[in-house]
Amino acid sequence: MSFPDLLKIPKIDKLGVQEIVNRFCKRSIKTSAKKHGLHLALSMIDLTTLEGKDTTDKVRRLCYKASHLHNSLQGLPNVAAVCVYPTLVRVAKKELEGTKINVASVATAFPSGQSTLDVKLSDTKFAVNEGADEVDMVISRGKFLAGEYNFVYDEIAAVKEACGKAHLKVILETGELDTLDNVRKASDIAIYAGADFIKTSTGKISPAATMPVTFVMLNAIKDYYKKTGIKIGMKPAGGISTAKIALQYLVMLNETLGYDWMNKDLFRFGASSLANDVLMQLQKQESGYYQSLDYFSKD
Amino acid sequence: MSKLNLNKTWNYAAATESTNHILLKEKYDLFINGEFVKSNSKKYFDTINPATDEVIAKISEANKKDIDLAVKSAKIAFRRWSKLKAKERGKYIFRIARMIQERAKEFAVIESMDGGKPIRESRDVDIPLAANHFFYYAGWADKLEYAFPNKTPKPLGVAGQIIPWNFPLLMAAWKIAPAIACGNTVVLKPAETTSLTALKLAEIIQESGLPKGVVNIVTGAGNTGAEIVNHPDIDKIAFTGSTNVGKLIQKSISGTKKKSTLELGGKGANIIFEDAAIDQAVEGIVNAIFFNQGHVCCAGSRLFVQESVANVVIEKLKDRMSSLIVGNPLDKNTDIGAINSKEQLATINKYIKIGQEEGGEIYQSKCSISKKGNWCPPTLFLNVSQSHTIVQEEIFGPVLAIQTFRTIDEVIEKANNTPFGLSAGVWTEKGSKIFKLTQELNAGVVWANTYNKFDPTSPFGGFKESGFGREGGLHGLKAYLKFE
Repeated sequence: MSFPDLLKIPKIDKLGVQEIVNRFCKRSIKTSAKKHGLHLALSMIDLTTLEGKDTTDKVRRLCYKASHLHNSLQGLPNVAAVCVYPTLVRVAKKELEGTKINVASVATAFPSGQSTLDVKLSDTKFAVNEGADEVDMVISRGKFLAGEYNFVYDEIAAVKEACGKAHLKVILETGELDTLDNVRKASDIAIYAGADFIKTSTGKISPAATMPVTFVMLNAIKDYYKKTGIKIGMKPAGGISTAKIALQYLVMLNETLGYDWMNKDLFRFGASSLANDVLMQLQKQESGYYQSLDYFSKD
Repeated sequence: MSKLNLNKTWNYAAATESTNHILLKEKYDLFINGEFVKSNSKKYFDTINPATDEVIAKISEANKKDIDLAVKSAKIAFRRWSKLKAKERGKYIFRIARMIQERAKEFAVIESMDGGKPIRESRDVDIPLAANHFFYYAGWADKLEYAFPNKTPKPLGVAGQIIPWNFPLLMAAWKIAPAIACGNTVVLKPAETTSLTALKLAEIIQESGLPKGVVNIVTGAGNTGAEIVNHPDIDKIAFTGSTNVGKLIQKSISGTKKKSTLELGGKGANIIFEDAAIDQAVEGIVNAIFFNQGHVCCAGSRLFVQESVANVVIEKLKDRMSSLIVGNPLDKNTDIGAINSKEQLATINKYIKIGQEEGGEIYQSKCSISKKGNWCPPTLFLNVSQSHTIVQEEIFGPVLAIQTFRTIDEVIEKANNTPFGLSAGVWTEKGSKIFKLTQELNAGVVWANTYNKFDPTSPFGGFKESGFGREGGLHGLKAYLKFE
């Protein structure tokens, strides 16, 4: 691991990015390709609840939903993970015992990251000790915008160490980074500092994930892979609420990084309401008509 | 460098645009004086779907007598059309624009069937732009005095217009809209491989109630075109096509009073500097050379990459090429369609062969190609220089010649070292560099950080052997007016 060469980070042309993203959105995904895409999307979901009013009960219900997505459809995959606050990790872990579903926990003074390194590290260690398989950390956006890139890098590296065996997802909170050039720079810093995944947003800031931002991050992953052979994962989070949008993200992934990335080990959707829309579309693929939303459980 | 696995992929199921809604006749006659009339030659030729080799329709071949009739009807119509209140002229043109919009889907499908271009492009580029050209010039019809103050603009008379096969409807719009907005009347000949959308446009023109004879559309090949060029009652020739034919036209009309605008071939230089946004520049290379299978006169067919980023750019370009989908033009996911005709495919293959014989290093993306129809995979040539044939001559296909450069003066010299001067592209994040290049490149259009962008308000045309005269914008009006 080493600090990335900031001089060699490619510049980003916003209009050019928008243009290719529009092109991805115009792909027409039908029949067998659609079914395959929807199944993939389901398997990549990190079912998320990150609210102050979360209860142990709510987390339990979410975990049950995670492993029993929709009983009337055969052959559905499970979601990839359930994402909660550190204090609820133990509940989720217990509930998901015996399934292959991971427990992800946000940490490092989520969502603002406005705290000291000590607090962030102990937050991380707490989550891991409670049983989290994956840790979603936030970067210090203030320091990043102030140009203190070394600080951001060191912090990520320290959290990575604190994670031990748990996978580290680094949230850039792109809604606060202002430019795509910054998104690219932050992606490279996070990747070089040891991120297993890079993630767009906390979901607490608008805009959350967008396709242009995700595209820039995918390119950072691509360049790193080309250089080192190491595959970094990507997680857009927030704002991906429909199956249609999810399929557009998968088209972008397919045509940018290729099929190797099209699995839950390297791509995730951070979303809460996406699953039901995907289920509804799958049901429609099966039966040819749309069912009422009332047929899909909301947990 | 690790390789991306872009060959194994999520295959998109076929998403073919329906052809149920289009109306095509078996035989198309000539559109003269507001009516479809049989040609005096009594001959018909086939128009073929280049993706399937199937005959779509039969097209009438106009001979000298037919051209006589068409020019005569245009000449008679000119008397009233040029005197009509300009505001009324504008109304007719607006109506044509709206009717194209209403039938956009039908036009897009026919354009893709007849010409081989992907439906994504005919739907999103050709047809909307064609409608926009009519809208734009409709607006100018009653404002010519303001466009050219104190100059008393007057129409020229009968314009003979000959258009190419690469953007059939769009080129018809580029030619007809400014001509009739200025009060001229028109005899237009589409290319023989792609006459259908021009003939569909004739149907719209008939329905729109445009006075008879203002627009006449005659079909046929080179001989028909020659009859138009040589007709004594033609006042102006507007031609888009190859430089060779352009030279012939100039010879034929020399010594006559015919005015002319010629939009001819090109060999556009696309220049990538090390300080460019590289990923977007790579996308720009793709748009520049693979748009419409490279059948674009302003295609960026010569790529110049600054040495320090050359390896990265070429590697990324190869990756990007492997995700381009070559196939059925009517599939909404197709990026690259069929080559327009067997003749053109032979030309492209001839150049690919020459490129290899002269020592160029070829790279083609892998794609499965159907046995029927005319296809050419996206192709790159490395290790070529200014002396190579494929760098010097226009190929008009998806074939890109790549060279590297070190300094800005070197690249300007190389970019200008061509008989053509139609277009160029510059990729850099540095504004001052863009301005330096736009000043020093001999090209009618220079795009900065983008490529192949068209707009009715923006003039388009060439320097040197790429022709003269401008189409689009105010400049486009000037080509159809005389000033007293």
